[in-house]
Amino acid sequence: MSGTFLGTPAFPTAARAALEDSQLRRNLAHATGTIRGKRAGVVGEVDEWEQLRLAGAAIKDRVLRHLPDYLEQLERSLTAAGATVHWARDAAEANAIVVGLAKAHGTDEVVKVKSMATQEIDLNSALENAGIHAWETDLAELIVQLGDDLPSHILVPAIHRNRAEIREIFLREMGSAGRAAPADLTDDPRRLAAAAREHLREKFLRARVAVSGANFAVAETGTLTVVESEGNGRMCLTLPEVLISVVGIEKVLPTFADLDVMLQLLPRSSTGERMNPYTSTWTGVTPGDGPQEVHVVLLDNGRTDVLADRTGRQALRCIRCSACLNVCPVYERTGGHAYGSVYPGPIGAILTPQLRGVGTDPQTDSLPYASSLCGACFEVCPVRIDIPEVLVHLRSEVVDAHREHRRVPSVQDMAMKAASWTLSSAARTGAAERAAGLGGRLAAKLGRPAPGGRTVLGAVPGPASAWSDSRDVPVPAEESFRAWWERTGRDEA
Amino acid sequence: MPRVGLMITCLNDALFPDTGRAVVTLLRRLGVDVEFPAAQTCCGQPMVNTGYLDDAVPLVRNHLDAFDGCDAIVTPSGSCAGSVRHQHHLVARRSGDPGLVRGVEQAPPTYELTEYLVDVLGVTDVGAYFPHRVTYHPTCHSLRMLGVRDRPVRLLRAVRGLTLLELPGASECCGFGGTFAVKNAETSIAMGNDKAHHVRSTGAEVLVAGDNSCLMHISGLLSRQRSGVRVMHLAEVLAATEPVISGRAERAAGPHSVGSATPDARTAVTPEAVTR
Repeated sequence: MSGTFLGTPAFPTAARAALEDSQLRRNLAHATGTIRGKRAGVVGEVDEWEQLRLAGAAIKDRVLRHLPDYLEQLERSLTAAGATVHWARDAAEANAIVVGLAKAHGTDEVVKVKSMATQEIDLNSALENAGIHAWETDLAELIVQLGDDLPSHILVPAIHRNRAEIREIFLREMGSAGRAAPADLTDDPRRLAAAAREHLREKFLRARVAVSGANFAVAETGTLTVVESEGNGRMCLTLPEVLISVVGIEKVLPTFADLDVMLQLLPRSSTGERMNPYTSTWTGVTPGDGPQEVHVVLLDNGRTDVLADRTGRQALRCIRCSACLNVCPVYERTGGHAYGSVYPGPIGAILTPQLRGVGTDPQTDSLPYASSLCGACFEVCPVRIDIPEVLVHLRSEVVDAHREHRRVPSVQDMAMKAASWTLSSAARTGAAERAAGLGGRLAAKLGRPAPGGRTVLGAVPGPASAWSDSRDVPVPAEESFRAWWERTGRDEA
Repeated sequence: MPRVGLMITCLNDALFPDTGRAVVTLLRRLGVDVEFPAAQTCCGQPMVNTGYLDDAVPLVRNHLDAFDGCDAIVTPSGSCAGSVRHQHHLVARRSGDPGLVRGVEQAPPTYELTEYLVDVLGVTDVGAYFPHRVTYHPTCHSLRMLGVRDRPVRLLRAVRGLTLLELPGASECCGFGGTFAVKNAETSIAMGNDKAHHVRSTGAEVLVAGDNSCLMHISGLLSRQRSGVRVMHLAEVLAATEPVISGRAERAAGPHSVGSATPDARTAVTPEAVTR
């Protein structure tokens, strides 16, 4: 994949283009609406859902409190089971480890299981640069890869595409990456899936090295888990001789029994299914069965920085279910690319700035503001991440970081200072209201009546234009509530 | 008598004073001697939600001073009630002033209007008369931050003459979001237009909500579209009564029965009364 999120403009600018893309808007509204409905149905039928959420959050919190211990236990369990454990501080280290392993086996291709961690470190580019093809085998990842596109959703990377577009991509691109699509391909989902199956099958049977991520890594047993819908992952995890898994350090679970909670929370939240079709677990090497060389790359890449933040660390509970994306009214209208990161939507808005750090890049700093703080994400999060709380916290981090760097305060800094000064005294507030009331009387002459008898102003030039371009502006009341209360001697109502 | 302080919110004070007057009318009709502590200004939410915690500190301090001595605080805003209940401790912690942290911990309980009516006064029929077709938008903070659930709808259903029409996609955000409305104006408007479309699809004459901030955004779109739909704060609907016709006593003039034995118990305020 040659595409990269580098150079994405700040969220408001990136969103503007997406909002005008009528095809994208329709694709997203339809897809998220469908998944939302399915999720609501299967979550609604679990009586103890709230207890499950609390249990899930508690398990992840325990992991985060004792992360070094669990990681070392995981390493011991994996090593005992015949796997080789590697530690990667950042993307460059992780990529170098995977590329080195692939090269050591003299292969010029690897098959890939859908994995957010490998997207995060842009492993495919590192492999391509070393002359190794990385074939995505997840259907949606394949669509993104063939279309030289970028993923826009955690679960459904090609959610921004519809059937007709997918058919075009398959017809145009499949031939150059392997087996071509049949010339009479239609946009019937079954026909599209069959074309992908034919295309991928030869890759599964040929590949000697596979790369995966993991949904969970059990410290107690050294067991890795991949949860999927299509079975392509299962092919990659069983057919090749060598399996390399890149796993974020927050993915560790203390015991095998913890999977009980997580495997109830994840499918219902993610795809709206009671259980997903394929759950693969493997524990190191099983002689004579499956990959005979198993590597696990434990990835930090900013996660310990997130862990150091008392408010922000709850983002590391995330199990990448994408429920927050599917309910987010902002995501539904802007799509994932506007977030300029492999982690889009509400979780991306709190995870990306923490992984990258704030105060240096305007695009990253725009993400915590890419939310109306409506709270729908917190309501559906299976591990109870209070995303609005973290968003507000990160906004203050952004403001603080800029204050430290700036010699001259920004317009926003000064506006907030002025508002704070005025509003910290009732006398000053009252005076400002009287001035606004006078202005309102003048403005009322320029306005027009709205339903209910209120006078409103239309489009106003200057700083108010961001509001008034599409929304009428209420004229300040001639008499504030405070003045009315004072005038009527507090007894006329 | 417990002292009940009306927290009017800065937006209502300057732009929507009719809402505050409606709350006073309504509460007095229900026998609550509400007072307006004149030192109050703003809860600080605009600063907190923009990331300016330091600039919110003097506002939180002023809020605590203004309502010192009240037994309960009532406000016609889910968003500002949420800010007081969920954000003031963050601001206090940031200030590094243990006195302010203690002040926030010991502050009187803050109720959004419908919580106060239903949970504390135990009333759903407030004796209102409003013969119009209405649809109700549950604002995000009242719904998800406070959990007011069906309280507003129960109050509306008890209003005589009122036809309540179901709003499609009711629980979806209207796109106001404070700072968001300006910082991400295009996305905010896209969300607002979808909300306005749903409102118009109901055929309602009046859109009602418990937050004038969200209503200001939706009504700005509705009036720009010349939709002819009016917006009103829930308090204004609940305060409305029949015009007095000669020979007929005005209904709902006196205090209503409020489901508990003694006047004191009626307004006895305990933090347990609200799910925090």
